[in-house]
Amino acid sequence: MARDTLSPEGEPGRPGFVARFLDNDVVWSFLHSPAAIVAATITLLCIGAALLAPLIAPFNPFDPSQISLWDGKLPPAWSEGGQPQYLLGTDNQGRDMLSTILYGGRLSILVGLAAVFLGMTLGVLLGVVAGYFGGAVDAVIMRIADVQLTIPGILLAILINGIGRAVLPLELREEFAIYVVIIAIGLTDWPQFARVTRGAAMVEVSKEYVQAARVIDLPGWLIMWRHILPNVMRPVLVLATIGLALAIIAEATLSFLGQGIPPTTPSLGTLIRVGNEYLFSGLWWITLFPALALVVLVFAVNLLGDWMRDALNPRLR
Amino acid sequence: MLSFILRRLAQSLLVMAVVSAISFSLFNFVGDPVNNMVGQDATREDRVRIRNELGLNDPVLTQYFRFMGNALQADFGLSYRIKRPVDELIIERLPATLELVFASAVIALVLGITAGVYTGIRRNSWLSRSILSVSLVGVSLPTFIIGIGLIYLFAVILRWLPSSGRSGVVELGWWKTNFLTLDGWRSIILPALTLSLFQMTMILRLVRAEMLEVMQADFIKFARARGLAERAINFTHALKNTLVPVITIIGINIGGLIAFSVITETVFQWPGTGLMFIQAVDFVDVPIMAAYLCFVALMFVVVNLVVDLLYFAIDPRIRIRGR
Repeated sequence: MARDTLSPEGEPGRPGFVARFLDNDVVWSFLHSPAAIVAATITLLCIGAALLAPLIAPFNPFDPSQISLWDGKLPPAWSEGGQPQYLLGTDNQGRDMLSTILYGGRLSILVGLAAVFLGMTLGVLLGVVAGYFGGAVDAVIMRIADVQLTIPGILLAILINGIGRAVLPLELREEFAIYVVIIAIGLTDWPQFARVTRGAAMVEVSKEYVQAARVIDLPGWLIMWRHILPNVMRPVLVLATIGLALAIIAEATLSFLGQGIPPTTPSLGTLIRVGNEYLFSGLWWITLFPALALVVLVFAVNLLGDWMRDALNPRLR
Repeated sequence: MLSFILRRLAQSLLVMAVVSAISFSLFNFVGDPVNNMVGQDATREDRVRIRNELGLNDPVLTQYFRFMGNALQADFGLSYRIKRPVDELIIERLPATLELVFASAVIALVLGITAGVYTGIRRNSWLSRSILSVSLVGVSLPTFIIGIGLIYLFAVILRWLPSSGRSGVVELGWWKTNFLTLDGWRSIILPALTLSLFQMTMILRLVRAEMLEVMQADFIKFARARGLAERAINFTHALKNTLVPVITIIGINIGGLIAFSVITETVFQWPGTGLMFIQAVDFVDVPIMAAYLCFVALMFVVVNLVVDLLYFAIDPRIRIRGR
């Protein structure tokens, strides 16, 4: 009865969208987990700050007219020699650290999201196809995934990224570095998605609604797209969240190794690499702040993923 | 059991075949091998002659089999950049990597298992809680940030340990070792610790989870009822039964150690194979890239096989089932 009264449409037994949303077990679990709320808040703050970087950053680090070498290597505002307009100090080229971190974080998050999206799309498509058709198709796809999983991800990403850069002509390398990194990480990611999707899809295929769809002679692609795909997305979303943290780390690692995003448009990893060279001369803030930003971001996304894994897994509830 | 091993062997061979095919295709798709060897000012005739000498005009399959034949003898040709045989370069730098991986595996195992057993038994003490929270942070930190942090703390601020490089090396024939001088020990501590931290947390959490589960089992209650010493129960009864999953993870992770040694070696400028690989990628030095890829895949396949065989030795249940 209580459910009926919540329904704005007055449709009996079918509460309204908001009520159904609040009644959802996942939402309930979220509202009762302080760690999840904190993690989600920090993640959203990071993503928000990064996406709004051009609006909220005090300087534009890519605009040469706003940079002056005279302001280089200034410590944070609160320490001796710091200047109030540069809250977190400046780097070796006189760029405001806060602004470069905001812009860098934006790049890191965008690259991470794009890479996960690529890996997820590829993995889910192949996984559903493998699970639906089974037999030889399944064997081929999953063997490829197995072989790829034998090689550690970061190594593979370095390799694909290296090949990608080598294939590009020299003058285009910097310009396309971001896309090469995205492709490298995405191509490294897909087997996990494929495995999970295939497992879930195989379960769905044996259920009656899929058999019914087959009986009325729906084409295979329609069954996969309309019927199987929506039902296998839960575990995939969990994997995507954890994958986002991993992708951000992978991008930062590539950039730190000097293989990723170039210093002209730095990501967090690039900033840490550049700052690392100044660590010994005592200019700790050039490395520390980007590193801190990266750690907080990754930690929050990880926590969120951890919570999602528990909340979306019925066996753990 | 035999069929299980044979199947695994076949899978390993498949992996190696695929990896070697990728390595081989690197030579053909990434840059022009002749250009990479002779440089800008070679004449046209020279290029054609070299092409023929290298057999680059042969059918692809012939070239692949020639590559495989050479690779099986560990011959990957000359490095484009350093102009020396690749197998020589790898062998020269192998001891540095292997000692680093070995040292960090030992650190990860000893500390990880000890802390895992402790947190599993005294699950509510404050020390367990703090170990667990630190380990949670350890899992989310990227390797290179841990490395930078350790360098900053121990080399820049405290000045206890060298920040980078491999010093205090003693030559034992062709093998150069770190373990015979104080300097050598000092220079390997930070990189080994950095490399081990991630694996350590994995082992810790795994051992803890397994311990918690095993401690509920009937045979532990029975051992208690028999009046056995706590120590004997914890180590001979409980720990022993947690070892199968732990060994799986360790097996997989030794491969991970080799992979992440690329990062650690770069942070610490440790002159191993990983650093060589990164430099090779920078200069598109295809022979080294190809050789390193095959080398890592081989290490992985061998470690996985050994782990599979270890199952039989450790857990009688698997022997009986025969999987």
